[in-house]
Amino acid sequence: MYPRKFSYVAPNRVEEVLTLLRKYRDEAKLLAGGHSLLPMMKLRIIGPRLVIDLKNLRDRLAYIRDGARVVRIGALTTHADIELSRTLMRDIPLLPETARWIGDMQVRNMGTVGGSLAHSDPAGDWPVAMLALDASVTIQGARKRTIPLSRFLKGPFTTALKPTEILTEIVVPKPPKGHGWSWKKFERRAGDFATVNVAAIVVPDGRGRVKNVSIAIGSVNPTPYRAVNAERILRGKRPDAGLLDKAAEMAAEKAQPSSDLRGSAEYKKWLTRVMVRRALEEALSRAGITLEMTQHA
Amino acid sequence: MPRRMTRRARPRATAEAPQETVPVRVKINGVEYSHNVEPRLLLVNYIRDVVGLTGTHVGCDTTHCGACTVLVKGLRGDSWVAVKSCTLLTTQVDGKEVLTIEGLAKNGELHPLQKAFWENHGLQCGFCTPGMIMSALGLLLRNPNPSREEIKWGITGNLCRCTGYINIVKSIEAAAKEMREKGITI
Repeated sequence: MYPRKFSYVAPNRVEEVLTLLRKYRDEAKLLAGGHSLLPMMKLRIIGPRLVIDLKNLRDRLAYIRDGARVVRIGALTTHADIELSRTLMRDIPLLPETARWIGDMQVRNMGTVGGSLAHSDPAGDWPVAMLALDASVTIQGARKRTIPLSRFLKGPFTTALKPTEILTEIVVPKPPKGHGWSWKKFERRAGDFATVNVAAIVVPDGRGRVKNVSIAIGSVNPTPYRAVNAERILRGKRPDAGLLDKAAEMAAEKAQPSSDLRGSAEYKKWLTRVMVRRALEEALSRAGITLEMTQHA
Repeated sequence: MPRRMTRRARPRATAEAPQETVPVRVKINGVEYSHNVEPRLLLVNYIRDVVGLTGTHVGCDTTHCGACTVLVKGLRGDSWVAVKSCTLLTTQVDGKEVLTIEGLAKNGELHPLQKAFWENHGLQCGFCTPGMIMSALGLLLRNPNPSREEIKWGITGNLCRCTGYINIVKSIEAAAKEMREKGITI
């Protein structure tokens, strides 16, 4: 299978990319790792007139920089770079674990975190994990801006990126030391897109209670979402099994999955509940919070 | 004169001039090739149809089956990494090195992975084998002593439709052992 014909260019500077984007706008596509773009071009779902290959920008835009409060990740950083990063394993273990479950080894060697976020697939893994971590993205156009990921993801395959802009960096705040985390991706078979994917972060208060919690859910809505109601009922509590059930139920309420080969809408909604529950249990346990035992009358 | 030999002297697609054909120079199994290719030419088709090395297979052509797996050096630092050549443009490996199944045997001696697949009956029809071996090599270069679980995880991107996974995993285990003992990598 061949893509449609296109012109090709591999600029050496971000400014050159921006010049080309201003000229070609919607007719140009940026090639990062190409593991979403090329399959779509081969299937002729899209046929850009110009492909702007970012391979020569890797020196500038592929990095994991450890700051005091945040980790800065260059947009061209591959899934494999994140999977194998010692900095991230130590400070934000949710990210290497998310990477480990993406596609397969070969895909992870090519695919990039920036490409995945800019692609905004409703079943993508990075949008979910990054949403749970309250990450922001830096966008370069005529001027530079940094916006929260929650405002970046607009819908299926739609983001706040203008045709004349490029995503350059993801800024991830480090959760406090001792936080608990969980990544639950349910896939029909190894390497598949998620049927549902859930990220959870639990920050303990040091006295066995939940100080803060975030739950992000993907694949069951046009865009991933934060289960804010479920987060609210967990804050300040030492949960028991009943509260976890309630939180999982509330988290799944907002899910509006569609029926497809991966399952019926009803099944996926139930699965969302199950995966949130499992993610919470794991994140709580990693945060050192034991469940309150409920008295049975 | 030596200045002409520098990288900058090579013709390159630049922002000023988007191109309809692009020059690529790739070293495959130690041999330098250079061609002008259409930008849409996929690496697997370049390897098979232009260079003529047909050991790298096209299975699904949709990034799933892994039959087209090759190693590329220079994508992530200086290490060899396994990629699916049906999902790369040839231009993406311009100036880099590629290793295909044909490049594994040295001086008429099979690579330990090839030998292990033979000895452990790690193949039936053989269609997936080149990709399976290249993925295994990509895994072993990163992790020379993988557990059985890690081997399975490492080859999730390679499908065998003869259901031969058990023997494939055994083959990779055996090869890993020999490679460690004899200090063999590529």
